[in-house]
Amino acid sequence: MTARASALLLLALAAAFAASALLPLESLRTLFADDRDLALSLLLELRLPRALLALAYGATLGAAGAAVQALFANPLASPDLTGTTSGAALGAVVTAYLFGFAAPVALSIGAVLGALGALGLLLALAGPRAETATLLLAGLAISALAGALTTLALALAPSPFAFYDAYDWLMGSLIDRSLDQAAFAALPALAAILLLLRLGPALDRLALGEEVAQSLGHDVARLRLQIVCLTAFGVGACVAICGAIGFIGLIAPIFARRLTRGHPGRAILPAALIGALLLTAADLAARLAPLGRTLPIGVVTALIGAPFFLWLVARMRWKLAS
Amino acid sequence: MILRADRLSLAGRLFEASIEIGEGELVCLVGPNGSGKTSLLHALAGIGAPSGEIAMAGVDPRTLGPGQRPGFLTYLPATRDVPWPLLARDLVALGGGRAEFPALELAPLLDRRIDTLSTGERSRVLIARALAPRPRLLLLDEPTANLDPLWQIRLMELVRQEIGDGGRAALVAIHDLDAAMRYADRILVMDRGRIAAEGLDGPHVAEIFGVARVGGLWQPVRAISSQVE
Repeated sequence: MTARASALLLLALAAAFAASALLPLESLRTLFADDRDLALSLLLELRLPRALLALAYGATLGAAGAAVQALFANPLASPDLTGTTSGAALGAVVTAYLFGFAAPVALSIGAVLGALGALGLLLALAGPRAETATLLLAGLAISALAGALTTLALALAPSPFAFYDAYDWLMGSLIDRSLDQAAFAALPALAAILLLLRLGPALDRLALGEEVAQSLGHDVARLRLQIVCLTAFGVGACVAICGAIGFIGLIAPIFARRLTRGHPGRAILPAALIGALLLTAADLAARLAPLGRTLPIGVVTALIGAPFFLWLVARMRWKLAS
Repeated sequence: MILRADRLSLAGRLFEASIEIGEGELVCLVGPNGSGKTSLLHALAGIGAPSGEIAMAGVDPRTLGPGQRPGFLTYLPATRDVPWPLLARDLVALGGGRAEFPALELAPLLDRRIDTLSTGERSRVLIARALAPRPRLLLLDEPTANLDPLWQIRLMELVRQEIGDGGRAALVAIHDLDAAMRYADRILVMDRGRIAAEGLDGPHVAEIFGVARVGGLWQPVRAISSQVE
């Protein structure tokens, strides 16, 4: 990635972060005129956690998406399409019934375990170098299974309140999270991203083929395990706090690789930045959309991401046909 | 001595293979399908946790990390598929060297994506990747596959020239027995996971391969005996 591209990305990210914390300005301005303390607490307790979560979750999805795509040597692999996010959601819902939504540690552990289970199952089903069709089918099956089990868990909700809490959370939302909760997602996410970045060079050499990477001195089995664990850890921690958000992990790495001349491992850092930018922008769109109410952010990313995904699939078909 | 390997084994595929390769030597590995040529190359390249002893210029390459390994050995797999569509230039660079082989005529290929090249062009890029770090030992699996006759000759001459500059050697797995006889200093014959014999003179060739040289051509042994009858 060139210095100019990184500078531009960081600048855009800072602008998006500022916009996310400050917009809409009017409400802040009116509040500051009326009641300074209230305005400050609005800024610190509502807007800041939300902006931080958008950054952390988006960056995690971008980095994890880039790493998973490099690992499977497939540009359509991503945490949501491979079932990792739905696995994490299932883990979190089940844990929430046992310990309640107010227990972030248990929730995070449950989500990470769910994500690990889903990714492990995917590796077992599709194999480490799966064809696109196998990978997507296996991911679809895992997503469907995790989704069905989550619905079952909802149907067996111990109380209507538990049902409503879980349903609300499943929609994927950055709203009404405390600064503590934001930290619970952001710190593991940051750790996972930093550790994934260290695996970049190995993932670039994995692009030469598994045997060549091994002959160059890389332990491919260990690399695979590290990626699976780090992805599950980062994505799980974010899902535990914000619910499942789709498509960022698919789109961000694809744009990121345009900055790294196609290198899949080197793309982890720009993918994290682009992911953070995309989710912050999606959150702004969800908030500022003139519908009189805030849209669930998972809906916004899916509305933008699903057509993009369809376009990718169509382009692959054209390529195969030509 | 560039390589000394003792009782190398890979579970179920390679059984106690011992091999020595001297400086400047080009050794060809021949053998029927499934005889263990690729397994021996894998074991030497540190693929798949081989047991046994390996000393490459006095060092066990399995103890070397990604920074040092390409200076000691590089491995060209038999497959010409690359899982990720890198630029040819980047592919060579990721292997730890620079594409400076005029003989391979890479200039028009370097800025193209590897998946847009023909199989022969891709072979040349992948071979450049293996040659580029200038390792002590080149481990090449079917380097001439997919190349036309002229490129086959040019490639093997390049390998010969590369290992001639001191402290280097090559181990080349190859199916073409004529090519092995033409280019190798020594030929090792593999059979059922073992190094069974050296050279292509003697009755072991008919036993192992089921072919014999008649009138300048390799012929199936059964066809020859029926002709004699």
